[in-house]
Amino acid sequence: MTQMGGQLGLAYAFVEREIALSKRYWAWELVWLVYGIVTSLSVAYIGLAAPAISGGVVDPAAVSHFVLYLLVGTIAWRFLGIIFENIGEVIAWERWEGTIEYTFMSPVPRFTHLIGMCGATLVRATAFSVAILGAVTLFVPVDLSHANALSAVVLLLVGAMAFVGLGIASASFPLLWTEKGLQMAYIVQAVVLLVSGVYYPVDVLPGWMQALSTISPATYVIRGMRAALLDGADLATLWPEVWPALLVGVLSVPLGLRLFVEVERYAKRTGRLKRSG
Amino acid sequence: MATLTATRPEVIRTPGRDALVARAVTKTFKSSREGVRRAVNDVSLRVMRGEIYGLLGANGSGKSTLIRMFSTLLTPDEGEVRVFGLDIRADEDAVKRLINRVSVEASFFKKLSAMENLVYAGRLYGVAPDESRAKALVILRRLGVDIDRLNEPLEKLSRGMQQKVAIARAFLTAPTLLLLDEPTTGLDIRSKREVQTFVRDLRDEHDATIVLTTHDLDEAERLSDRIGILHDGRLVAEGTADELRARHGATALEDVFMSVTGRRLDEADAVAEDKTK
Repeated sequence: MTQMGGQLGLAYAFVEREIALSKRYWAWELVWLVYGIVTSLSVAYIGLAAPAISGGVVDPAAVSHFVLYLLVGTIAWRFLGIIFENIGEVIAWERWEGTIEYTFMSPVPRFTHLIGMCGATLVRATAFSVAILGAVTLFVPVDLSHANALSAVVLLLVGAMAFVGLGIASASFPLLWTEKGLQMAYIVQAVVLLVSGVYYPVDVLPGWMQALSTISPATYVIRGMRAALLDGADLATLWPEVWPALLVGVLSVPLGLRLFVEVERYAKRTGRLKRSG
Repeated sequence: MATLTATRPEVIRTPGRDALVARAVTKTFKSSREGVRRAVNDVSLRVMRGEIYGLLGANGSGKSTLIRMFSTLLTPDEGEVRVFGLDIRADEDAVKRLINRVSVEASFFKKLSAMENLVYAGRLYGVAPDESRAKALVILRRLGVDIDRLNEPLEKLSRGMQQKVAIARAFLTAPTLLLLDEPTTGLDIRSKREVQTFVRDLRDEHDATIVLTTHDLDEAERLSDRIGILHDGRLVAEGTADELRARHGATALEDVFMSVTGRRLDEADAVAEDKTK
């Protein structure tokens, strides 16, 4: 227990550091928050304008349903995207700050280091998502009267675990390719956005993209979130969406960690664990 | 290896008191621009507990590569490094708890204050925040740092102050082996003297062993019990300053350097700079 407490204390160092950095970079945090709110609102207004754009008469209940459909996608994606980006930037950020050698020389096990960064990321992703949802509801009527909050929270947690694993794996890219590793992680994220049905059902995608959508955990999380928040689906009903995302999480976290540790060893052999790229 | 004498014979001559032992250490880097470059070539050295060992060499001589291997950031291609009997590869976590390093770059989170950086560093080494703050104040006062500025973002402090905070950070964790990689490069004369006096005082007051890299002949002689001269990745001479002068019939360390490398130190630095252009 004492050892675990000690490791939690070490992990907390990274949470505290990230919160302190967020305070110091408050202007940039504000930019990302405003950007998130504006993006989500824009998507909601596209939904509200659907009848006018399509030229048809649409039932107001259907419009409301459509708006919520879009909002669930955009906010859930924002949550998962922040997790993927922040964890994926673990190396790149330290390199940019010039602290990478100090952090990797410290007597903190890599698992503890990454757990701490994941904790800080979950705090940030949750704060951003709640703030965006709150801000959007000030402008757009959002009907959550049928929502099953428990199902939605469970799905988000399962999705968070899956994206933590994928983020850890992609965080190792800048250790392999010091110049282009981070760009590669962003490309992976963009492809996941495209194929995961964030703004549309995956059925509209070409066959090969639909095949890719089956391996993206976001596909299941977002589809399940919609069923939970629009139709009030319970966890038993949502199991077909939960287990694939859970499986990705259960596999990706240990595999991501293993990959990261192996890549760190490679970086130490080849001199890639350094301040500059 | 040269016979050891010294300023502190009781420490140096006691068997089994090796702080750092490097045996036939070699490190080669490959790059598309430079091809294969042997940065450290078959270096063997032994540093005794409580000793200040100066590694003197021009830019590009392999000093920093050697220090990065000692600090577990680089894996040797060949040879063995032991810190207090622990192998840096097999016992990496234990070694990390015994060492700390001050690099030529200050390596801080620039937007965080000096105190925030110090508290964070303390946490990584299991030092409680209150203890970190108290110890940091004592060390920084001795280094002549203006205590009123400790809550300002580090980027607003001068290079000299940043480097003093870096030294305070290293001593905060009470390392048994301290690796100082050109700690006074870029400092003004006064700051340089303050840092040198502090390093000497702390070694005398605490049970710390220090490996210092420098390309400042005066600093090497002023601080080091023994000096090793690195040239093109090889340890070409080793001994106390007096021994080195006597062995090479020289009156100054500069002449010793000239005798063993064929160049003056500033000429060797210029050659190294030309190679990097």
